[in-house]
Formats: sequence, C-alpha cells, structure tokens
Amino acid sequence: MTKDEVRSKLKPIFESVLDVDDLDLRDDLSADDVPEWDSLSHVRLLVTVERQFKIKFSNSEIEGLKNVGDLIRLVMTKVG
Amino acid sequence: MSFDAAATMSWLELPQSDFRARCKLVTSNETISFVDLQALCRMRLDLNQLSSLARIIRARKEHISGIDAASSFRLTILGNYTTHYLSDALVGSAPRHGLVIDVIETPYDQMAQEVFNPESVLRRSKPDAVLLAIDHRQLGIVENLVDADNARAVVARTIELLRSLVDQIRSTMAAPCILQSLPQPNGGWTGSFDALYPGSVRGQVAAINQGIRDLCVETRSPLLDAEFLAGSIGLARWHDANLWHSAKVAQSLDFVPHLAEHLAKVIAAMRGKSRKCLVLDLDNTLWGGVIGDDGMEGIKLANGSPFGEAFRAVQSYALACRQRGIVLAVCSKNEEANAREPFRSHPDMLLREEHIAVFVANWIDKASNLRTIAETLNIGLDALVFVDDNPAERARVRQMLPDVAVPELPEDPACYAETLAAASYFEALTISEDDRRRADFYRNNAVRSVEMRKLGSIDEYLASLEMECALAPFDEVGRARISQLINKSNQFNLTTKRYTEVQVAEIEHDPDAFHLQVRLVDKFGDNGMISVVIFKKAGLEWLCDTWLMSCRVLGRRVEEAILQTVITQARAGGAEALVGRYIPSAKNAMVAEHFGKLGFSLTKREPDGGSLWRLALAEYQDRSLPMRIIGADPGRQIGREQRVALGS
Repeated sequence: MTKDEVRSKLKPIFESVLDVDDLDLRDDLSADDVPEWDSLSHVRLLVTVERQFKIKFSNSEIEGLKNVGDLIRLVMTKVG
Repeated sequence: MSFDAAATMSWLELPQSDFRARCKLVTSNETISFVDLQALCRMRLDLNQLSSLARIIRARKEHISGIDAASSFRLTILGNYTTHYLSDALVGSAPRHGLVIDVIETPYDQMAQEVFNPESVLRRSKPDAVLLAIDHRQLGIVENLVDADNARAVVARTIELLRSLVDQIRSTMAAPCILQSLPQPNGGWTGSFDALYPGSVRGQVAAINQGIRDLCVETRSPLLDAEFLAGSIGLARWHDANLWHSAKVAQSLDFVPHLAEHLAKVIAAMRGKSRKCLVLDLDNTLWGGVIGDDGMEGIKLANGSPFGEAFRAVQSYALACRQRGIVLAVCSKNEEANAREPFRSHPDMLLREEHIAVFVANWIDKASNLRTIAETLNIGLDALVFVDDNPAERARVRQMLPDVAVPELPEDPACYAETLAAASYFEALTISEDDRRRADFYRNNAVRSVEMRKLGSIDEYLASLEMECALAPFDEVGRARISQLINKSNQFNLTTKRYTEVQVAEIEHDPDAFHLQVRLVDKFGDNGMISVVIFKKAGLEWLCDTWLMSCRVLGRRVEEAILQTVITQARAGGAEALVGRYIPSAKNAMVAEHFGKLGFSLTKREPDGGSLWRLALAEYQDRSLPMRIIGADPGRQIGREQRVALGS
C-alpha cells in the first residue's frame, strides 16, 4: 500500500473518530493542531485504525508516534 | 462457527453508511427531536458513533424536544478505572431505551475520597443513582496467594470497603447504587484448580463477586452483571492488555458499547421502561412451516427434527418470559381457526391458548394489529417486542411503529432464542409476587370483558365482581412494589414524579406525608397492588403529590374509594381542603380531568396544559361504592373495616 493510499484510508477514520470535517491529513499534522484530538480520542483513533487495517500496534510503537506522517509509516510497515 | 448474538448485538439493525450525514441532518435545526435521536440510536453503533451522538446530546441537552421527567436520568459514575468511554457510550445508547442520561464522572480512582468528602464531585452531583464501576486490579486483587487465609482476609476487606461506600452513598445522598460485578481475568495460575483455590486471583474475584451480589440483595441495589457479559462475549476478547497498560481502560473498546447497553437497560428498568409484552408471529417463528399450507402434520416442531427443535426453543423462551410476568400475544397473518389449531391440539406445542393474552390472526396489516394489541392490554407501544422471521414485516412495523422493539433475527432459526435472550428486552430489578401473576391478570381482564357483555349495566357488572379494596399506609413489605409502580406508571399518573426506594422509605417515615398503597381483589383473583397515593400535609390543606393507578383496573371506581379514604383521614387530621395538581406528560392525557371527575373545582389552568384543583372537605358527601373497602385509620393501622352497600 502506498503512502497516499494509506492517507486516503485514514482520512475518513480521522473525520469520524474526531467528528470533524475536511481534515487536511498532512504529514506534520499532530494532536496540537486539532482541538478534538485529545488523549481520549487518540486511543479511539488508534484502535479504529487497527480494526480498519486489521493490524495491531504495540504500546511502544504507539509511544513513538508524533504526527500523521509517523502513523502512516507505521501502518505501511504493518500492512506490507 | 457459532452465532454470536452477545458480541455482535445482532438484534439491532446495522446503521446506514451515511451515519455522520444523518447526525448532521438531525442537528440542523435549533431544536432536536428526541424521536429523531432515537431513530439514529436504535442502530448497532460502535464506540465512535456513540461518542458522536453523546457529543450532540451533551451540547444540545436543553434543546431536545419530546422528553419528559420520567425520561431524564442523572447517573454519577464512581470508578477505579477509566470510565470516560463507558460514559460516552451510555449517553449515546440511552435514547434507544427512551432515556436521556446525564452522566457525571468523578475523578479517576478516587472512590473513597469522593464518597467521604462532602465537597466532592460525587457528593455534590445530586444523581438519581451512582454506578460503582470497578476493576479487580485497581482493588488490589492482582496476586495469586498461596496462603488461602490471607486471601480470605483480602476478600473480606474488599467487600467491607464496597459495603461502606454503598452505605455512605445511600445515607448521605439518598441515592441508590448500581453495583458492577467483576469480569474474571483472562488467564490463570494453576489451571483448572484455580477455580477450587480461594487464593487464586480467580478465586478471589469469584468471592468478591459473591459479596457484591449479597450486598445487592441486602441493599436492594441493582446489579450490572459485567462478569456475565464479559463471559458471554469471551474473556480473551473482552480484555485488552495494551489498553489496560496505557490507559487503564478495563475492557476492549470494541465492547464498551455492550457494557453501556446493559447499563442503559438497568437504568431503563429503574425508570420502569423495560418492555412488558412479547408479541409473536407464528409461521416460521413459533413453528417451522406454514400452518395454512402444511397443516398440523406438516409443521415442524421438535418431533425429532433439529429444525423443529429451534422453534420449540423459541416457545420455551416465551413461556419462561410469561412465568416472570411478561405478557404474551400473537400477531399473525393467518386464518384464525388455522392459527389456533396447533395451540389447541399439537402435542409438541409448549404454548397453549391460555398463555396468550391477546390472539390476533387475520389478514390486516401487522402495524394496525400491534396497535390493537397495545390498546387491548392498555399498555404503550413502547412496551411491545415484536418477533417475526420475515424481514419485510419487520421493516414495515419499524417504519410505522418505531416505538415497538423489533429484533433483527439471524437467517438460521436455531439462533432465534439465543438472540432474544441476549437482547434482554425485559430487564428486571426484582421478581415480585405481582410479576409472577401478571400474565394471569391480563388474561383475566379478557375474561372480565366477556362477563361485562353478559351483564346489562356497568354498575351491575361492578357489583358482580365482588371487589375488595384494601388501603394501607406504606410499609416495608410494600416498598419495592410501591417504588416499582412509582417508576413505571405513565398513563394514570397525575404528576409522574419518580422516587427511588430510598426516597419511598423517607416518605414512609415523614410525619407530614399521608400515603396509601391500594390493593384490589375480585372474584377472578388478586390484582395485587394497583394504586399509590401520596399527599403532603400543609396546614389546613393536603396537597396531592402523587396519584397513580394501574390501567388494569380502570373504570372500577377504585379512585373514588381512594378519595373517600383520603377525605376521612384528612378530616380526622383537621384539614379543610384537598388540593390536586395535574402535570401533563407525553403519556398521561387520560387523567387531565381526573380531579374534576372526582368533584374538585378547577382553580387554575396553566399554559403547558397543567391544572390546579381544590376540594373543600365540607362539601364532600360519602358515596356508596360497589366494593368492600378495607381502610387505613388515622392511627395508621389496617383493620377498620367499612362495609359499603354493593351496587346502587
């Protein structure tokens, strides 16, 4: 799966979990930029990504995530 | 692979793919209609969708139209794990059960501090109930202990802690507690022997759960049986170690909606919103095949057929419901004679005609028939569950009568009974003597209406019933049923005030309150407790706080017998007048003129449809009533008997 394919699959997940419209899912987007993206919705977000891509993250992988770019790269390593 | 009703909540319809767009549509006006919210929420929603709904409900709480006092509930969650997701899912699930629930969360893992500090979030939250949401790990049950005595001491201390929390909440806040059982941990220590050894974590959790159940019974607190739910879904799936380690969430986010759904059901039961009547289709629902085509010999029902066994399981489920007071009805497109035949003479039928309170078999639209069933039984459409194997009929009924619960059924009839059981539409908080006999009450009512046709006038009919009406002040024995009636009566209810059992006990001991529990017996049987009345004594006036009656005994002049007793007591207490108030709700229009019919004069009409009434005691003259009245005297003892001439 390419970077942009992952990004386009992540976009509706972000929008429905965070309940926001038209999110620009650029690589450097982080929780600081989106008020609805707090520590509680972050957990829902990652669990939803796991379910949608049928993958599993470890806590150490999750701790290393700083922004959307990191998440996309992590998903790509998991889905091959 | 086995079918998985509990884990998938398969009785709920799958939501449309445009859920977010539909949410926006519902919120596009300034006022949100509760009916629209319910339509969204009746679907099988995941945690993200429930969280979106919760956000809407919280933000627009003051602008939701169509909710009355009985539909609102404040729950404070006192937890030792992260309950945020449960809280969101509960707020989002509540409209499915006719409720808007306000959830107040207390600070994480501060249970004792919250309970004992009068300034805490909990103590200032004024809830209708407090949920104790607990996880065994946060209670310190983490070690397998070789020393069994040590384990027993740990368990005893834990139960004592929980008991002191419950006692303190009940005494300082007058709020009931909902206790939650502990899901068993996933994994073990010694293997199967864990279950036998009190020192194992599993053994300790099992002992604490027993203590929690005992505490529930002793304090009449509702239980949220998370242990059973987690077991039904599967412990390996229920637990999520990563989530526990990173966020102290006690269950996988996949199953938070399930826990919330069960909690909403318990709360709905506290508000008297559990369903009351199971309406069954016949062909391919209660038996395999079509009676009109296949005939008595052709329909499949046990008789050695695994396919037939499935339908017998549905009947067995229905019969078990009836035994605890759920009313059964039939709604089928059939010739009536054909439809009744198996109930009369098929040897493998568990259900017989005498079990069915209303039997409707015709070719009319099922939605109309369901309306007739509700009217005949004098219950709301929101008390009905309609089971039909035909998806088209289900869709039609859902569209016409959204208040009727219509479970989705799996393709395979073998899983019908499991699905109905998992859906748990008839959540109970207790099983009372009245519950055990309710199905017969409704059946007898049908017989009574036949009797009425034989007799000429209503007075002759009432006299022929040989009624005996017993009125007594509240007492401990009646308390559970009094509270049940207060929380579930909607139609014949002048003020729709809801009181918890704790509050009922307070009223019982309040010297400024006059209260009556009323029972009615007639020649067909004991109707049980059918009415509750509370007056507040305010000097020369007694103000009616609560007056409700079961619709089963409408038109029996019981309300006049009650008025007569209230007046006798009020006179003895030195009062000069009774004051009545009617507070309108979505369901109580039938009693709008209740006080007027009893001879009160209207003193005020309010813009919302409410009204105030007054009756000067000097003007009231005793009436003769078609029943024997066993009254409560001013000394608050049953026993003073008053014979009143029958009829005339």
